[in-house]
Order: sequence, then structure tokens, then C-alpha cells
Amino acid sequence: MRVLDSLRFRIATLFRGSEIDAEMEEELRSHIQHRADDLERSGLDRAEAERRARIEFGGQVKYKEECHDALGNNFIETLLQDVRFSLRVLRKSPGFTLAAIVTLALAIGANAVVFAILNALILHPRNVPQAESLYGIEHGSDKSPLESYPDYLDLRDRNQSFDGLAAYNVCWAGLDTGKDATEVGGYEVSGNYFDALGIQPYLGRFFNAADEHGPNSAPYMVLTYSFWHSHFQDDRSVVGRVVRLSKHPFTIVGVTPPDFQGTLLFISPDFFVPLVNKEQLDGEDILNARGNRKLLMALGHLRAGVTPAQAIADLNSIGSYLEKSYPQDDADMKFTLVRPGLAGDFLGGPVKAFVTGLMLLAGLMLLAACANLGSLFAARAADRSREVALRLALGSSRNRILRQVFTESVLISLVGGTLGLLGSMVLLRVLSTWEPLPGIRSLHIPVHPDANVYWVALLLALASGFLFGAVPVRQILRTNPYEIIKTGSIGKVGRRITLRDLLLGVQIAICAFLVTSSLVAARGLLRSLHSNFGFEPRNAMLVHTDLSTAGYRGDSVATMQKRMIEALETIPGAKSVGLVSWPPLGGGWIKSDVFTEQTTDLSLSNAAANAFLYNISPDYFQAAGTALLAGRPFSWHDDKNAPRVAVVNQEFAHKIFGSVTNAIGRQYKMPDGARMQVVGVVEDGKYLSLAEEPQPAMFLPFLQAPSSVTRLVVRSSRDPQQLAAAMKTTLQDLDAGLPFTIGPWTMDAALFAPHVATVSLGVMGVMGAMLAVTGIFGMAAYSVSKRLRELGIRIALGAQRRGVLEAALARPLKLLALGSAAGLLLGTLATRVLAFIVYQATPRDPLVLGGVVLAMVLLGLLATWIPAQRALSVDPAILLREE
Amino acid sequence: MTPQAQLLPGTLDLLILRAVSLGPLHGYGILLRIGQISRNALLIEQGALYPGLFRLVRQGLLKASWGTSENNRRAKFYELTAAGRKRLREETESWNRLATAIGAALAEQPEEA
Repeated sequence: MRVLDSLRFRIATLFRGSEIDAEMEEELRSHIQHRADDLERSGLDRAEAERRARIEFGGQVKYKEECHDALGNNFIETLLQDVRFSLRVLRKSPGFTLAAIVTLALAIGANAVVFAILNALILHPRNVPQAESLYGIEHGSDKSPLESYPDYLDLRDRNQSFDGLAAYNVCWAGLDTGKDATEVGGYEVSGNYFDALGIQPYLGRFFNAADEHGPNSAPYMVLTYSFWHSHFQDDRSVVGRVVRLSKHPFTIVGVTPPDFQGTLLFISPDFFVPLVNKEQLDGEDILNARGNRKLLMALGHLRAGVTPAQAIADLNSIGSYLEKSYPQDDADMKFTLVRPGLAGDFLGGPVKAFVTGLMLLAGLMLLAACANLGSLFAARAADRSREVALRLALGSSRNRILRQVFTESVLISLVGGTLGLLGSMVLLRVLSTWEPLPGIRSLHIPVHPDANVYWVALLLALASGFLFGAVPVRQILRTNPYEIIKTGSIGKVGRRITLRDLLLGVQIAICAFLVTSSLVAARGLLRSLHSNFGFEPRNAMLVHTDLSTAGYRGDSVATMQKRMIEALETIPGAKSVGLVSWPPLGGGWIKSDVFTEQTTDLSLSNAAANAFLYNISPDYFQAAGTALLAGRPFSWHDDKNAPRVAVVNQEFAHKIFGSVTNAIGRQYKMPDGARMQVVGVVEDGKYLSLAEEPQPAMFLPFLQAPSSVTRLVVRSSRDPQQLAAAMKTTLQDLDAGLPFTIGPWTMDAALFAPHVATVSLGVMGVMGAMLAVTGIFGMAAYSVSKRLRELGIRIALGAQRRGVLEAALARPLKLLALGSAAGLLLGTLATRVLAFIVYQATPRDPLVLGGVVLAMVLLGLLATWIPAQRALSVDPAILLREE
Repeated sequence: MTPQAQLLPGTLDLLILRAVSLGPLHGYGILLRIGQISRNALLIEQGALYPGLFRLVRQGLLKASWGTSENNRRAKFYELTAAGRKRLREETESWNRLATAIGAALAEQPEEA
């Protein structure tokens, strides 16, 4: 009963806040009146009696606060009160409020976006049941995520640690459903793939280990939900239908659930087929090739109770068994476990480093924003020192005033945080539908904000609210009410360095740092576009196709390739046509170990180098614009009946033979023991990334080293785009069932990372600049308003405009100069890191340095313009009259 | 004038309950009544009364209503609730027990060895 009453009372007080306030006021007034009545009766006049009564009563504000406390539920009650008061205060200075909210919205929005990316790519990469026990495996000192199929079988069958170890490989195939043949991307997976992951079909069934009975025994196909939706229009009757993949019949057995998009981020497959049927898809038989580790990535759930360390020990013991049993094929079989999704550390390393760096930058931005707002708050607190002093003098506690200040700051941070989060969600939605590399349809950045992101944004908002709210605390605690009320405003214009100066300096430094890094990145990117990669992508078209997807096998592949080259050469405007398996910097590549001529034990540990391998046609170097340094290119006579020959690059020649001239005519060995004679040497190029060091590479004639993966480079003397139509009809005339795409030769794949880095740094730089502007503006405006009277006197005494400006703005400008210098220095140091992502990123570039200085000067001008105008327009007459 | 003593913590509530037990009073009246029944021996700052009053109302020991005072001014009058009456009885007893015990302890003359 009591509890109920008390509850009702609490709730009533909650909603009747101001009413209770008024009632309390009236009650205390009534008390003082009664006392005054008594005092009047004892002979005092009314005014004196009331004065005495008020003194006797004691601090009214203090007792009122205590009464509120006594009413209980003071937390929510005072909170509401504080919120109401804060809203009133903030409404009175809309400019300040707006600036603060926008600043925070930007900073928290940036953090939310970056964290969502971090969350999606690194923290919670895959949408798989019990994702926390899912691990991918890698081996060797180079952390290769790729295994050969026989090794995978040994690992799968001999390990004691995994609840089923699955393997998968990304593949492409021509899909023929009766209409036009289209190229589709998918995974070739081990039979236990779905069972090991614990995925249930959305429709139909999945194939499983029991379906596999040797090579090409399981012609079954599972569609992903999104492909089923886009390509088969949600037709439930597709289950059981037979379609042709690379000319071979496959039966569609099921559809995956909508939220499962494969186990590799960025590349969402259209379909899944069993690995044992790989030969049908691309003609490659890997099932017995233990040395062929180009493809498979293995992953699985750890058994309950097995720690990662135990699993690694288990895998390593299998590894040493493999090394002993197959020294020809297996070396360095030391295993590590990784989070699946980013092809292990291969992609995971750089992505992790980049996103972590981005997160760090975003954190710095938020810190800058807090510093900024903190100094604005401190400035306001100084302006409000009279109000604070008055409240203190009337008996209000400092705690209460601090609470009030924090309520204000947290209120701002919550509103700003919410706006920032909303903005970031819009941005993320755009990001996840973005296709960064046109032409690779299945490439996505799947970022969907989840509860984690919301929590982090909320926490960041609250934390920053408290952080910048804490800046003026010391000031308030130090307030001496009597001093301030006696002397008016704090007349001291401090010359020493205050916390506020320091905060602004740090912030300007961060801004200059960001501006420096983004300029360095942009310049590096621009330069990369015009540097020499060992080939010339401009004025060339590229045909992408894979002959195995149209059913070509064996000798028919090379025959067809030759016909295609000859046909394309007849197109008017085509200067030269070359063929290459995977073009350099195209995102796909093949590497092979090579051995010196003298090596007889061809174990992996004896390899002389690991070189990029390109299968090319005789005219490729001409078509690609790669310079031949010595020897000869291939001819059509370098075919199966001729001795095996190779063209190597400069780096290869130096590494194996000592020099370019030494290399011509010499021999080296391939892992299968084949002797290759070097007939030519070409210039070095970039093969995998723009920022890489020179890498050894070898080029083999496609007639001796066939590849069904085919890229045809067509160099043109005019606008290469004009050739596209003619190329298309030419190729279709040769084989209407061959899926292919035609596009200009771009390096989007190689430039993707530097692009992303430059754009994100640019965005950060712009935001940093905005923050610096508000920060400097706040400081300059404050310093001008504090010293209006002094400036007025100076003007009245005949000070020049220059002198006035100097007096008003010297300090913020000095901070700007110091901060910029520090930021520039930091940026210069940090760009060494940047050089790993962006080719030729160097800060030792007069354009970059000049750009940074110019940017900072402009920022300074922009930020101090209004305060300067205000300082100059001071009218001493009006000002002195007012004060 | 008798020398005034500081209130022991917690005793203000008891005094308020006692003052109000004789009939409904407004705040200033309670203060006067306490002065009267304690023969002005206790020092209470006037404002300090109100947090106590609000606390007692919240605990359901007092109830308050607006009325007109003897000076013809609007004032808030407090009176005991049933719970308040019960609490006053209990507190008085326990206070008396305590006071007797302390008094006895202080009055005891220790035997000198």
C-alpha cells in the first residue's frame, strides 16, 4: 500500500514538475511572509521585516534543491529539469547549438561508417551459424590460404579438430539455360561444404559428401538466393531443372537462404557446384595434382572444446606427415588459423591494416571534434561565469551546476550522434550496392549496419558528450562567486597558454595532418596513372573469355585462340592483337616456382625464385606495349614440336642469371623438370599491385603452355571504343555459344585500393578542415567578443586597422601556424605507411607542401573573416556607452 | 535566553511529527510550535524545515493541504496520517528508551579503585 502510494506520488511528481516548483515557491514565500508579519508586530517596518525574514530563512535555492531531493526520484526528476533548462539555454544560442550538432554529426557519422565497415569485414565477417568457431586455414611462411585437392583430402580425413573441413574455389562458367550463354561466377565446393558450415537450404536440397563418387560424378548445382531471384525470377519449379554449365548438363537441386552469400567477402557467388566436377567446368583436372595449390581455400567449425592452438598443433602434425611423404610437392606446411572471409591474411592483412588505419583517423576526428566543442563550451562557461557565480552565491551546489553542464553537452552529443548515425546508414546503403569494379558483377562490399554499430555510435556520442562537457569543469569548480560578482566579468586577458589553446592547436595539427595525407595520396594516385607499368593500357581493348566455359578442351583451345587472333587482326583499325592468360594488374595471376639449370632435387625448398607466369601469343608484347630489351619475342613456330622457350623480365634475368645479357640462350627448370630456354628479356612491370617491388616474371608461348583463360589485347590507332562492335560480331561469327565481355583495358583492380584510400582520406581531410574552421572560428569569435571593449578603446585612441586585427586575431593565427606545422610534419612521417597502398606516395613534393600551406591559409582566412569584420566594425562610442 | 543546542541528526523529523500531532499547522507554525515545546532550546535554521517536511510527506507520514492562516495568508497545512501517528509513537518510545539508557549511563558514578 505504502509502496503503491509512494509510486503514485513519484509518478505524479514526475509529470507535475513545474507545478510542484511553483507550489514550493509559494510555500516558502508564505513562510517568509508569516515571519515578516511577526517581525513587523515586534516593531520593525515592513520592508526591514521582510529583509530580516529572508535572511533568517537561509539560502532559498539550496533548500529548494534539498526539497526536490527529499521528494525522491531525484535522478529522473532533476534530469528532466536539467533537460528542460538545457533546451532553453541551447535555444537561446542557436548558432552555437547548430555548429556543435553538425560537428558531432559529422564526426560520429564518420566513426559509424568506418566502424560498420570494420564490423562487417573484420569483426563479424560471415553470416554463418556459430561464426565464432569457424576458422579458415593457411600454411607456410607466406600464409597462403590455398591448398591442393589431395592435400585437402588428407587434412580433411586426418584431422581430429574440425567438425568437417570444407574447401571451396571461386570459378566462372558459361551458363546456358536455353537463352543466350552468360558468364556466371560461383564456387566449386567440397561435398561436405554446406554440412560443415551448417547451412540449411531455402529451397530443395543441398548436395553432400554422399553424392561424390569420383571425377564428374555429381552434376548438381545449388543457386544462391539472389541469383535465383534475379535470374530465375523466384521460380520455385527450378529445382530439378537441368541447365548447361560450360556445355555440361547440371541439375539444379536447391537454393541457399537469402543471408548466405558464400564464404568469401567481396565475391558473392551465383551458384555452387561440387569440386569433383571441376573438370567439366574449366577442363582442369586438379583431383590428383598434389602440387597444384592455386585454388582451394579450406575452412570449418572447430569441434566443441578444441582450442585454436590444439587445432594448429593437430594440423601441423599432418603437415609434417605431408612434407615427409610428398617432398616433391609439399614444403613449409606450418598451419595457422584465420577468420574466414578475406582469403585469410592475403586480402585480410591489407584490408585490416587499412580499415584499422581509417578507424584510427576517424577516432582522431572525433577527438578533434570533442576538443573543438570542449573549447566552445569552455568559452561559453566563461561567458556564463556570472550566471554560475550567482547560482553559487544563492546556495546552489557545484555538483548541481556541473550536472547541468553535462546535461547540455550530452544532449548535444545525442542529437548529433543520432543525426550522424542516420547519415551513415544512408551512406552504407549506397556502399553495399556499389560495384567497385565494373565488369565483375559479383564483387561487392557487403556492409550492413547491425546492433553493434548502433551501440558503438551511442557509446561514442555519450563518451564525447562527457569528454567535451568535462572541459569547463575545472573552470566552474574554481569559480569564486564573490570575486566575479564584485568585478564584473573576468577582466584578465590571459597571456599564458590555456587548455583551450592546446586543444585548438592539437585540432589544427590533426586537420593539417589529414590534409597532408589526402594530398599525398591524391598526388600519388595521379602519378600512378601516368607511370610505366611495363605495358600500356591506353588505346587498347580487352576481350575477356574462358574457352573452357564453351566446352573447348585440349588442342581445340589453342586452335580456337589462333583463329580468334587472326579474325580480330582483320578488323580495320586494329594495329596489333595479342593474347595473354591473365593480364598484369588485372586482379588474377598465376605464379610458379622455378629452379636453376643445375638443380636436380626439385623440392620446393630448392626453388630459385617464385615468378609470375603469363601464357602469351607471339604478338602480345607488341599489342601490350611491353619493351623487349634483348633477344627475340616468340613466333608461331614456338609450338609443341619446337624446344620449350621462355621470355623473362629483367628482374628474373638478374635473379637467376646475374644480368640481362647473360640470360639469353641460358636455361632454367620448371617444377615438372621441363627445361626452358630463355630467348628474350623484356622490361620489368607491375604485376600484382602498383606499389610492389620489382618481381620476377616469365612469359611462355601459349602454343607450348596452353591456357583456356583468354584475354585478347587489341591495340588500336584510333579511339579503341569504336572497335568494340566490330570485335563483338567477329567473335560471335566464330562461335555464337562463347560467353565473352569486351571493354577498354583498365587497371581498376590495381587502382581500387589507392582509389579507396585517396577518397577516404579526402573525405576525412574535408571533414578535418571543417572541424578546424569551426574551431578557429569559435576561438577567434570568442577572443574578439571578450576584448570588444579593449578594441573599442584602441580604435578610439586611433589604432590602425592592422593593429586592431593583430590584437584580436594574433593568437588564433599563431595557433594556426604552429598546428599546421606540427600536422605537416606528422603527415610527412605517416605517408611512409601510405606508400604501401598508394604507388609513389611521397610528401617530398613541392606541390603537396604548397597545397597544404595554401589550404591551411585559406582555412584560416575563412575562419577568421567574420570575427575580423566584427573587430574592425567596433564603434567605440556605442561600445563605451553600453558598458 | 537559554543556550541553544544543535539538533542531533534525524531528530528534526521526530520534532516535526510531534509538533503536528497537536493539530494541523503550516510550516512557520511548526517552527514556532517546536520552539514553544522545546522552550527555544533547539536551533533550527528556518529553511531547513522544508526538506524535512517534503521527506515526511513522501514517506506518507504527513499529508498536506492548502488553507488560510490566522494572518489571513494562503499557507500549506500539514497534519499526521495514521502511519505518521504510529511512527510518532514508535519513535517516541525508542527515543525515550535511548535517552533513559544514555542518561543512566552518564549518571552512573564509577567506583574508584
